[in-house]
Amino acid sequence: MATDALQAQVKFARPARIPQRSRLALLAAALLLLSLAFPYWQVILFAPQYPGGLRARVYLTHVGGDAQEITTLNHYIGMPGLDAAAPLERRLAVPLVLLAAASLLLRAAGRSPAARWARLLMYLTAVVLPLAVVADLAYWLWWMGHTIDPAAPIRIDPFMPTIVGRGTVMQFSTSATFGAGFFLALAAAVLSLYDVARGRRRN
Amino acid sequence: MKVRTRGVTVVLAVAVILTLALVARQGTSTGQSLPRDLQELVQARKLTPDQVRAALQTYVPPGQHDDYLMFSSGGQSGQVLVYGLPSMRLLRVIGVFTPEPWQGYGFSKETREVLGESEVPEETLTWGDTHHPAISETNGEYDGQFLFINDKANARMAVIDLRDFATKQIVKNPNGASNHGAVVSPNTEYVLEATQYAAPFPFGYQPVTQESYNTRFRGLATFWKFDRSRGRIDPAASFQIELPPYWQDLADFGKLESDGWVFMNSFNTERAIGGTLQKQPPMEIGASARDMDYLHIINWKKAAALIAQGKGKVVNGMRVLPLQVAIDQGVLYFAPQPKSPHGNDVAPRGDYIVTAGKLDPNVTVYSFKKIQEAIKARAFSGKDPYAVPILAFDRVVAAQVKVGLGPLHTQFDDKGNAYTSIFLDSAVSKWTLGPPYKSAAEAWKLVDKISVQYNIGHLAAVMGDTVKPGGKYLVALNKWSVDQYKNVGPLFPQNLQLIDISGEKMKLLSNTPVGLAEPHLAQIIPMDRVKSWASYPQPGTNPITMQVDPQAIKAGQARIVRRGNTVEVWMTAMRSHFTPDRIRVKKGDTVILHITNIEQAKDAIHGFAIDRYNINLSLEPGKYETVTFRANKVGTFPFYCTEFCSALHLEMAGYLEVTP
Repeated sequence: MATDALQAQVKFARPARIPQRSRLALLAAALLLLSLAFPYWQVILFAPQYPGGLRARVYLTHVGGDAQEITTLNHYIGMPGLDAAAPLERRLAVPLVLLAAASLLLRAAGRSPAARWARLLMYLTAVVLPLAVVADLAYWLWWMGHTIDPAAPIRIDPFMPTIVGRGTVMQFSTSATFGAGFFLALAAAVLSLYDVARGRRRN
Repeated sequence: MKVRTRGVTVVLAVAVILTLALVARQGTSTGQSLPRDLQELVQARKLTPDQVRAALQTYVPPGQHDDYLMFSSGGQSGQVLVYGLPSMRLLRVIGVFTPEPWQGYGFSKETREVLGESEVPEETLTWGDTHHPAISETNGEYDGQFLFINDKANARMAVIDLRDFATKQIVKNPNGASNHGAVVSPNTEYVLEATQYAAPFPFGYQPVTQESYNTRFRGLATFWKFDRSRGRIDPAASFQIELPPYWQDLADFGKLESDGWVFMNSFNTERAIGGTLQKQPPMEIGASARDMDYLHIINWKKAAALIAQGKGKVVNGMRVLPLQVAIDQGVLYFAPQPKSPHGNDVAPRGDYIVTAGKLDPNVTVYSFKKIQEAIKARAFSGKDPYAVPILAFDRVVAAQVKVGLGPLHTQFDDKGNAYTSIFLDSAVSKWTLGPPYKSAAEAWKLVDKISVQYNIGHLAAVMGDTVKPGGKYLVALNKWSVDQYKNVGPLFPQNLQLIDISGEKMKLLSNTPVGLAEPHLAQIIPMDRVKSWASYPQPGTNPITMQVDPQAIKAGQARIVRRGNTVEVWMTAMRSHFTPDRIRVKKGDTVILHITNIEQAKDAIHGFAIDRYNINLSLEPGKYETVTFRANKVGTFPFYCTEFCSALHLEMAGYLEVTP
C-alpha cells in the first residue's frame, strides 16, 4: 500500500541511533573537514633581520603566514613564488576532501563482501590523502628547489628543501614541520582503516 | 616507626632551613657588593654611587623598549621630536611645518598639499616655530590618538595622526599673525591657541602708534574645532573670542570641576609698543612696568553656545565673538596676575590654577571655587580700559608659594606635588598643593629644589598636565647648556635633563643634547597608549585619507598612459625594483607618478628620488603617494631608491628620459 511504502521511506530516512561504526566514520569525516582550516605543513625561516622568523603555512588550499615576504625573497635566488606551486592541487583540494568525507558518510549498505570492498574503496581517498599530500609536497618542494631562474641576482645550486627538520638557505636557517591539518587528516585515515579492519573482523 | 618519622621530619626541616639560609646569603651577597670587574669599571670612570644608580635606572638594554614616549616640540626646525624614556633616545622626527626629505614630507603631492593648504597664495613658508605639542585627550587623559602642535611664527596649527606619526593637516589662523600654545579640551572638542603678539584686527596694516594700537589691535583666543572621526580640524565649526590687545600667552583648559572654562595668562597689559629709536622705552621695559597683568578667565562653553546662537560676526571666514558680547554675557573675566606671568597650569582635579610670574619669586595659585564665588558676588576690584571686569585678587587667590626667581611652568605628580621650572635660578622647585591633595599642615610648602643646567624653560612630567599624572619622571628642557657638552661651534645644543621624581628628593638622571633646534614644551605618555602602525594595513593606503587610494595598484598593474601633454605612470616599488623602470616623456609634459609600495614586511621602506628634479619620497610598506612635476629639464635622469632596502638596493633604479 502507498502509506506503507511512505512509512518505510520515512523510517529509512530518519536517522536512527547511530551505530558504532558510523560514529567512527562520522568522526573521521569531521576531522578531515576540519583539517582544511589548518596548515598541513609549515616552514619557519630564521634570519637576524626577521626576529621571530618568517612562516610559510601550507594549507591544502593556499599558503598563509608570511607568504608574500618569502615570495619577495625567493626572487633573489630565482626561486618561484610560493603561489606558483601546486596550482591544480590547491584548486582540487576542497572537492577532494568533500568527496572523501562524503564517501566516509555514505555508508555502503549491506554486509555482503562486495559491500565491504566497496566500503574500502570509498575509504581509500581518506586513507590515502595524508600520504598523497606528503608525496605531492615533496614533489613541489623538489620543483621549487630545482626551478631556479639562472638569471637570478644570487646564484645558488639546485637543492632539495627539507620536508621535516632543519635546513639552511642563504642566511636563513629553516625549520620544517607537519602542521595540525596533516595530523587531523592522518587521524582520519587511521580511524577509517580501523573501521574497515574491524568491519572485516566482525564479519 | 614513630621515631623514624620524627627523625625524617627533623632532617627535612634542617635541610629547608639550610637551603633558605643559603639562598638568603646569596641574595644579600649579590646585593651588597658588585663583581670585582664592575667595581674596577666604576672606579676607572670615577663614577659616584648616585651616578651608577642613575645609569642603571636609565639603561635600556639593546632590543628592549622604553616605558614612555615623549613628544617634544622641535622649535625652529618646525618639527616634532619623539623620545623614548627613560633612555632619552631620539626615536623619531616628525616633519610638520618644514619640508623633511627623509619622510618625503613636502615632496609628494599629498604632503605638499598639507604644507601648502595653510598658505596664502604666492607666500611659501618653508619653516615653522613649533612650541606646544598637545596629545589628544579623553576625559582629561592622554588617549594617544592625535597630536597637535602650533607654529608660533605663522599662527598655524597642525594635526598629526599617531597611527602613522605623520602630519595630516595644517590650518592657518586667518585673523592672527602669531600664536602661542596648543592645548586641548578634556575630550578634545577644541584645540586652543592664544595670539601671543597682538595684531591689527582684522589682520592687515595698521600703524604702530599708541592710539592705533589701543583701538585697532586685538588679541584672540582661537578655538579650533576638532572632528575626531575625520581626524581633522574643522575651521568652519571653529570660533574666536576677541580680546584686548594684551599679549595672550599660555592657556590651559579647565577639567573636572572647572570643565567648561579656560585660563589664559597675558603680559604687556601696559600695551607697550616699543620705539627705541624714538627715545621711547624698549618693549622689554615698557611691557614690564606694571606689577600685575591679567589672568584671563574664559567660559568657553558659554562662548561656544553664543556662537551657535549666531552672536558672532564672521571675520575672514572665522566666527568671532566680539569683546563686548563676551563681557556682557559673562564669558570673560580678569584676575590680577603678578608680574609678567607665563605658565598657567590647571591642577589634576581642576580645582587650582597655578600661574608663575617671570619677574616674581612666587607661584600664585587661584582657586576655581573662589573664582566662581567672586563672579557670583561680583567681587570686582575694577575694570580694564576695555571694560572687562577684574576680580579682586584676594577673593580668588588660594595661596602664593615662594619657589625661586623666575618661575615659569608647572607640572604635577600623582602624590599632590607640583613642579615649577625656575628660569633665573636654573632649578626645578617641588612644592605641595593644598587640600584635598595634602593636609592643611603640609599644604603650599616648598619641599625640594634641584639645580638644572641651565636656564630651564618648560618642564614635562609623566602625564603631568592631565587629570591623572603618572609621577616617576620629569624632563627639564633647558635653554642653555654652556659647559655641559664639548662646544660644537658657537651654536650650542639645548640640554634635556631627565629627573627622577619618584622619591622625596628629586634626582638628576641624565643629560641629552638637542642639536637641531630649541624645543619648548614636551608631553610624556606611557608607551602602550600609542597604538601606531608598523606598516600601512591595506596595501595602497593614501597617507592623507588613510584609505586605499583609487589610484593605488597591485603587482602586475604597472603602466604608462599619455593623454595629451600629460603622462601618467602607475608604478610599483618592491625589493629591489621599480616597475616600470624606464619612463620617457617630452620636454614640457606634466608627469604624474602614482607609486605604490606593494610590500608588507615591517621596515621594507623604499625611497624614490629623481636626480635634479628635487623629488624624494618615503614609501613605507603599503603606502601610496603621488608625484607631480613639469618635465622642464631635458636629459636622461636616473631615479633610484633612497632608502637602503635590500642587498640589491643600489640596483633599485631606473631612468627618466626627457626628450627635447
